[in-house]
Amino acid sequence: MTTPALTLPEAVAERPLLAPPAPADYLHGGGVRSWLLTRDHKRIAVMFLGATSLALLLGGIFALLLRAELLTPGPTIMSAEAYNRTFTLHGIVMIFMFMIPAIPTVFGNFLLPLMIGARDVAFPRLNLASFYVYLTGSAITLTSLVAGGADMGWTFYVPYSTTSPSAVANVAFGVFVLGLSSVLTGINFIVTVHTMRTKGLAWHRLPLFVWSLYATSIIQVLATPVLGMSLLLVAVDRLWGIGIFDPALGGDPLLFQHLFWFYSHPAVYIMILPAMGVISEVVCAFSRNPPASYRAIAYSSLGIALVGFLTWGHHLFVAGMSLLDGAVFGVLSMFVAVFSAVKVFTWTLTLRRGSVSFETPMLYFFWFTFLFTFGGMTGVAVATSSLDIHWHDTYFVVAHFHFIMVGGTLTAYLAALHYWFPKFFGRRYNERWATIASVTVFVGFVLTFVPQFLLGNAGMPRRYYAYPPEFQWLNVLSSGGASILAAGMLLTLVGLVYALVAGPRSDRNPWGARTYEWLSASPPPTENFEGELAITRGPYDYHLPE
Amino acid sequence: MNELFRRLLFLPPQASGFARDFDALHYAVITASMLGIFAVGLALAWFSFRYRRSPQNAVRPPRPPLTRAQELTPAFGLLVLFVGFWCVGVRQFALMQRVPAGGLLVYVTAKQWMWSFDYANGDRTNETLYVPTGRTVELAMTSRDVIHSFYVPAFRIKKDVIPGRTTSVWFSALRPGTYPIFCAEYCGLDHSGMRGRVVALTPSEFAERFERTPRAPGGADTPLAEREPGGHGELTSLAARGARVAAARGCLRCHTLDGTPHLAPTWARLYGHEVPLANGSTVVADAAYLTESMMDPLAKVHRGFTPIMPTYRGILTPAETAALVELIRSLADAPLAPPAPLVSAGTPPLPLPAALDGGVAP
Amino acid sequence: MAEHFESVERKDQAAHLGMWLFLASEVLLFGALFAVYAGYRVEFGYEFVVASSHNSIAIGTTNTFVLVTSSLFAALAVHAARSGRLRRAAGLLALTIGCGLLFLGLKAVEYGEHFRAGILPGNHYHYAALPTHAANAFFTLYYLMTGLHALHVTGGMVALGAVGYRAFRGAYSAERHLPLELAVLYWHLVDVIWLFLWPLLYLMH
Repeated sequence: MTTPALTLPEAVAERPLLAPPAPADYLHGGGVRSWLLTRDHKRIAVMFLGATSLALLLGGIFALLLRAELLTPGPTIMSAEAYNRTFTLHGIVMIFMFMIPAIPTVFGNFLLPLMIGARDVAFPRLNLASFYVYLTGSAITLTSLVAGGADMGWTFYVPYSTTSPSAVANVAFGVFVLGLSSVLTGINFIVTVHTMRTKGLAWHRLPLFVWSLYATSIIQVLATPVLGMSLLLVAVDRLWGIGIFDPALGGDPLLFQHLFWFYSHPAVYIMILPAMGVISEVVCAFSRNPPASYRAIAYSSLGIALVGFLTWGHHLFVAGMSLLDGAVFGVLSMFVAVFSAVKVFTWTLTLRRGSVSFETPMLYFFWFTFLFTFGGMTGVAVATSSLDIHWHDTYFVVAHFHFIMVGGTLTAYLAALHYWFPKFFGRRYNERWATIASVTVFVGFVLTFVPQFLLGNAGMPRRYYAYPPEFQWLNVLSSGGASILAAGMLLTLVGLVYALVAGPRSDRNPWGARTYEWLSASPPPTENFEGELAITRGPYDYHLPE
Repeated sequence: MNELFRRLLFLPPQASGFARDFDALHYAVITASMLGIFAVGLALAWFSFRYRRSPQNAVRPPRPPLTRAQELTPAFGLLVLFVGFWCVGVRQFALMQRVPAGGLLVYVTAKQWMWSFDYANGDRTNETLYVPTGRTVELAMTSRDVIHSFYVPAFRIKKDVIPGRTTSVWFSALRPGTYPIFCAEYCGLDHSGMRGRVVALTPSEFAERFERTPRAPGGADTPLAEREPGGHGELTSLAARGARVAAARGCLRCHTLDGTPHLAPTWARLYGHEVPLANGSTVVADAAYLTESMMDPLAKVHRGFTPIMPTYRGILTPAETAALVELIRSLADAPLAPPAPLVSAGTPPLPLPAALDGGVAP
Repeated sequence: MAEHFESVERKDQAAHLGMWLFLASEVLLFGALFAVYAGYRVEFGYEFVVASSHNSIAIGTTNTFVLVTSSLFAALAVHAARSGRLRRAAGLLALTIGCGLLFLGLKAVEYGEHFRAGILPGNHYHYAALPTHAANAFFTLYYLMTGLHALHVTGGMVALGAVGYRAFRGAYSAERHLPLELAVLYWHLVDVIWLFLWPLLYLMH
């Protein structure tokens, strides 16, 4: 039945002018434009989730191509030129477009304000800007693909990077811009933690994830500009012949290496500290215990951030360092390892006298702790200078850093995805599916990278397109593992996408955790909390009611 | 035991003097690591089982945190262990840095994408480095283009080879055999094809090969130093070849070989001695300094001399450079000629001393 | 204005902290170039600093004076803003920008002189009076460091221009003029960086 049209005065009398009802949560309300111009940290986090997931996918495809090529000692599916460009872009995309940004921009952005009872980060518009700067930097970097690729390795060593006949400048500029995004995120987080903690939230009540983000942000702000400058110097040399490292002009290629690694060593701590923060949260939630020592974890995060700035020389042991320099950098590297060891010790003891359950995030905790310890101990090994002579630039080092980055950071990222999935999207994923995917990822990872330690011991250098035939069977094992790892990642993706669109609704706090983000609805409303939150207990007080 | 570990860990044969010691440290570090990893895994498994969730433990009183002593003891213990590894590692690293005297010197040139080796006796090989067993071999290495890295897994040695400077590495091969050389620093398209081999020969085999084989006369594209006018085809020492290069390239217009003062520093008693520089410091004249001075003469100017030397980068081949360095090295203890009146610029270059004169006029 | 802050004071505090952190990152950006300078100074030694005598100490010192004066004007602008005299603040910022323009003008003159003499960066260097690698490296660094600095001077002038315009149009008050303070803080950094560049590039010999 149609109702007769009302005149305007009648219409107004009928329906007084009210604001439309507020959307149920941050995900709903407004169209595409409201997302693209949002200032809501949660929406920005979800956009970063999309972007960084694409980066992970792209980097993963490159990895599979590399492992396929390495199935045989000679040419398999691509030329040497293509291989060299593929490993370079694999490294660049994975490090600068996924490893460095992912946990801070996805989980940091979403959870930091929630964890401190704030309504948003300190500078929401800057936050949105950092997203668009990320996209811009990624786009510039990826233009290199259209221009035929770049092949200098993600380490850009001169003089090869300044003379290579490939699209090096595109990548250098792209990474420079991505670095700017990193700096902006770091500034935002530090200021947020200092100025936006809600009532009752003293520093010693901060969730450990917040401590890890804080330490990471310090590194981001201070170290990234140095990388930016190093790459800018490479780019201006390529474009305008302004070579400051050119040996033909008396320049020193080793000076570039010092400058590059001054950032890139702390960068690895940018990649691992947020992951460690995630793991701290997961172990407490799934053993329903406070950490065995809160201050050990909090302070070791700061210790890693600070001492991590002093160890870059261990990448140059074989480049012609003096004995004294080598000794100093070596011992400082040992110091930094102790901070990480303290964390492993603390996480393990957190289980003691707890109440342990084995949902998917906790499985990832187990994989992380085991694989990170493995990777960390091999780190101590390569920091032993005489041994590094044999291992430097071989597959041993490749295995070491993949243990940390994939076995460590990626594993923690997957833990975070599952742990906070209900918080982000208000839905539950399928536990059985995720468990199978998780075990597949673990098995695939081990099979991919353990053979690489042995290849390194046997003397196979890295970045090798062709290799002696006796190395083949280990390479085949590794490539087989890579396909299992890929399958596990694919299963994870399918499971989570399914849960996103058709998963059962979740409660506000399905895990019964005590950190403060769980006090908001799942998913949270745009303003995060109803009214002002006052904190009267610690973040891991499992003996107290929520 | 050593052999068991070596095979278990896929390490190559221990073919150099220090390989076995390095491997011993390797075994210690890896064993400690495996024990640590295993301990962590075991603890995780045990705690997970013992404290698995049950209605009894779902709610508990708060567990006291670790005491300061409990926190610091494992940290300190691990620090002691790691620093222990570091100590042994640094000692071994120092051993690698200090080249024993009296070694056999071979000049290595790396270029995209091959290795070439110049021996003191004048011979030159590509890809294959011949060395005698049981003797210290020192490699003075430089690159023609980008950074490479000389890696012999069986010897456990590796050193970056950098353009514009000379780096060195030494080893002593234990027994005869063939050991692969890899380039271990990404250098472009054929990086993985830039391989070679070290062929270790017994001292008698080595002497036989390097003292008897005549050199064939060079072809049209043989570098200047190797060309023998008249086609004698006899073996000349690298130093003698250096003298020929010095004459042909004009070095002797300014440098002397017997201590006579002239426009440029004399090469007599230069190698291994301290050189005073224009900026007030001093430097020891080693292969690196001499090579640099040929390529970049204005980098470290000898005090008291006008900086007029042109660069020879792109003019001297690495073989010629090596020959010149060897010539200067051979004059390290040469007798100095009595001081002669200072000659002014514009005088013709001085003739070669008779001992080194191979019959070639400048 | 962002409503998510507890109070206006908190917001100001946050903005100041954020700006200081940004300045720290800028210091590290220039720090990388200072590190390269230090590396080559050690390697080349005396010849490296001999090159600095070929820079015009007159222009360099005048520029120092100009920038310090500009910072004085900028500081006075903040003082004026805090006392509620926003038009005066805008005028003082205009003077600051004027000094900035003078600085850039003098740099342009200096660059022009160098270009004519053959002092160009990197591979383009062909200065007959000082053909050494040390001098080449010195001047390449000179261009890189002063070039980066000039870019920052330009950026600073744009920022000062924007806040000066808004001050002139009455967008600020004695209590609320945060962007002006932050822009001036940035300008002070640009000045301080020059105070390090000046001795390294002009006064070393």
